[in-house]
Amino acid sequence: MSDGIIRKSFVIPANDFTIAGEASSSVKKMLIQLGADPQKVKKTAISMYEAELNAVIHANGGVAEVEIDRHKVFIRIKDEGPGIPDLELAMQEGYTTAPDSIREMGFGAGMGLPNMKRYADKLEITTEVGKGTVVEITVFLTDNEKEDH
Amino acid sequence: MKVREFAGQLNMEILTGENGLEKEIKGMYICDLLSWVMSHATKGDVWITVHTHVNIVAVAVMVDIPCIIIPEGIEVEEATIKKASEEDIAILRTSKTAYQIACEAGKLL
Repeated sequence: MSDGIIRKSFVIPANDFTIAGEASSSVKKMLIQLGADPQKVKKTAISMYEAELNAVIHANGGVAEVEIDRHKVFIRIKDEGPGIPDLELAMQEGYTTAPDSIREMGFGAGMGLPNMKRYADKLEITTEVGKGTVVEITVFLTDNEKEDH
Repeated sequence: MKVREFAGQLNMEILTGENGLEKEIKGMYICDLLSWVMSHATKGDVWITVHTHVNIVAVAVMVDIPCIIIPEGIEVEEATIKKASEEDIAILRTSKTAYQIACEAGKLL
């Protein structure tokens, strides 16, 4: 991979499940093309997909900004949704506020944030009730990067 | 085993035409919680789910699932079949239950 930075942004549309996951899917394909390690690709794809779906399900969509350089993938997903009142509670596996219609689709099992935490190397969530949420995911593409950041 | 051979051996209906039939199947995963599938399924697993909406394709793409099986003859949405074809992921359907499919697949995989 070269030393350049690839920047790309995606609009995450509100309540549109037909294209939910498109942004994550594009990023996954980009990483594969760039020759990233399959395990890192998987970590990125899963954590970003969960964040993307959360924006669709809970926040009327949002935007995803992605930066890829040779050391890492950085993903920022911003929404102007309702915010998360109790982030600690939301991070607990099994806790969900998703409506039944969403749960019937197989989403809303309360695994989104835990999956992000599990697969991202760095996860930062800034949220304000009534204003929105920003999720920042970093996945390091080289194993020795963790110590340096 | 290739998806084509697997579908033939288990006498399954192929909903996505020729798409994805040459992919390799290495194992099987059965679950209907999408986040759980993403987190626990392994690349190359064929996936049995009762969900038929278009997002099952996105989940399959995320974890490199080559093929989705819809059990018990459940109707599959047209948008899902179209998306799966675009992504080169086969969707197979059978009247059998997930358990019956797994028992038969266990002898092949």
